[in-house]
Amino acid sequence: MTKTAVKNRSVKCSSWSDRIFGAAVMILSIMIFLIIAYPLWFVVIASISNSNLVNLGKVTFWPKDIRFYGYEQILQDARIWKGYANTILYVVAGTALNMVITMPAAYALSRKDFKARNGVMFYFVFTMFFSGGLVPTYMTVSALHLISTRTILVVFVAINTYNLIIARTFIQNSIPDDLYEAAVLDGCSHFTYFMKVVLPLSKAVISVLILYYAVFHWNDYFNALIYNSKQDNAPLQIVLRDILLLNQAFASGNGGVQGGYGQSSADQVKYAVIIVSTLPILCVYPFIQKYFEKGVMIGAVKG
Amino acid sequence: MGKNRETGETGLNAGERMKRYWAHNWQLWLMLLPGIIYIFVFCYVPMYGVQLAFRDYSFTSGITGGKWEGFKYFRQYFESPMFIPTLRNTFIIALTSIVVGFPAPIILAMIINQIRNTKWKKIVQTTVYIPYFISVVVLVSMINILFANDSGVVGNFLKAIHLVGQDINILGKESAFVPLYVLTGVWQSMGWNSIIFIAALSSVDTQLYDACKIDGANRWQTMWNIDFPAILPTIMILLILNMGNILNVGFDKVFLMQNSLNLGASQVISTYVYTVGIKSSQFSFGAAVGLFNTAINFVFLLLTNYLSKKATGTGLM
Repeated sequence: MTKTAVKNRSVKCSSWSDRIFGAAVMILSIMIFLIIAYPLWFVVIASISNSNLVNLGKVTFWPKDIRFYGYEQILQDARIWKGYANTILYVVAGTALNMVITMPAAYALSRKDFKARNGVMFYFVFTMFFSGGLVPTYMTVSALHLISTRTILVVFVAINTYNLIIARTFIQNSIPDDLYEAAVLDGCSHFTYFMKVVLPLSKAVISVLILYYAVFHWNDYFNALIYNSKQDNAPLQIVLRDILLLNQAFASGNGGVQGGYGQSSADQVKYAVIIVSTLPILCVYPFIQKYFEKGVMIGAVKG
Repeated sequence: MGKNRETGETGLNAGERMKRYWAHNWQLWLMLLPGIIYIFVFCYVPMYGVQLAFRDYSFTSGITGGKWEGFKYFRQYFESPMFIPTLRNTFIIALTSIVVGFPAPIILAMIINQIRNTKWKKIVQTTVYIPYFISVVVLVSMINILFANDSGVVGNFLKAIHLVGQDINILGKESAFVPLYVLTGVWQSMGWNSIIFIAALSSVDTQLYDACKIDGANRWQTMWNIDFPAILPTIMILLILNMGNILNVGFDKVFLMQNSLNLGASQVISTYVYTVGIKSSQFSFGAAVGLFNTAINFVFLLLTNYLSKKATGTGLM
């Protein structure tokens, strides 16, 4: 009898504390949600509200005095469209080159009967931890006469060692060796086996790597800053920096590039620029979400 | 296997063995070739060019042709007034990032794991991943707009709740730079970094939860005694990896957040290399400072690896 009494009490007791716990989880998750989501939402509503009201702090949750002045300005701004076109070129060409180099290398490194693989792997991995540094790399690029060319912006970081490891691990772990042996019996070479068997079976990792590389190229700003000084070749992120940051009251260094916008509406233009430049990624986001979760998982199982 | 290879190879001379090796492997080498060449040109050639740090740069004779100067440029950096500030700023930013930034995704993952309403859980997860895809330029401009001196949302909010009397210039304060840098970093990458912990939590054996319930544990106790130990190995491995990368303070964000008012806290080694090495073309000096940074990183990596091997038996090398 006493036993059941104790048990009942503990169940009751735990359900009480569990209810508090559940409430705490709910409150915390709502807070986190707001902290992450509100700045994003604010940029959206500020981009279509009257800038003066925004600056006075009158726009909080819903847009007020809706106008599209910022977007109209952007539509007329040739810099942004030029940057967009350049970025799309770098994303498409760069990612294609990345994949063409990474996948075959990953396959070769996944073959356990390939005796040189550990040595070659070390050759790649070593560069993750040791590098010549910025200045010698710059001098090398300069010696190749690639400064301020489109080529360097497509070619630079043509293979990322971390992504190479992800692809190698995936091929090694999820494509059974039996397939290779059967293919060899049928007289398959490495090339045909790679094209006919490995690539079709690696769709998951291929989509993950395309996503990683494409996001890298889309957001890449560093390489364009260092290796390019031609306005004609500037990708979107450089144009964004000119418009968004160098227009600041205390611009660092280069002495503000006046975008030609009136000061009162300058902020609305900035909000609109942020939306326009981030929109493509946010649009594909729902479709790619399941892939990048998968990618993180493949990467976690280091081989 | 070893025996097999031996019997297969006895009786063949070196030339024939070589032929066989190539017949079997030339395609693999060909597949590796583009990657090997790329890495050679853009990683190993610059490593060879690191000797620039020990030489005078001369335009006519190239990277390796200048006069050998030994440690002159290193001494110049150590004796310069920028040595202590850049080193200190780099360390402060790196350490704060790890202390604040490392636990955040773990806590987030445990909270998300405890949400019972599946729909809400999905919404929270989807939202917290989004900031990861925002570019650094956009992130920094969002910071500049939201924290702006006179019109920023944050300033307005603080005024509205009477926490501050008048406008505060958050962006121009040296002391505000590190918190701003670290917290916005957490905001951006917390969700992304939590994915791996969420996955580890979802693979916990459900029988353990049932057993815990029978023992009368509440949800808080279950979380501490089941969930946390379950992800502890993942936490340790990621901690080692992070520690090995400690001084790789990202150039982009620091550089973009710099302004003349916060430079005292925001000049780190990598931005200094850019300023002296590329912008003012002191190539040898820049190369020396860069090499110094790489060397510290490498020492840190070896040290962490050694310690973790001793303590947990796992290491990278």
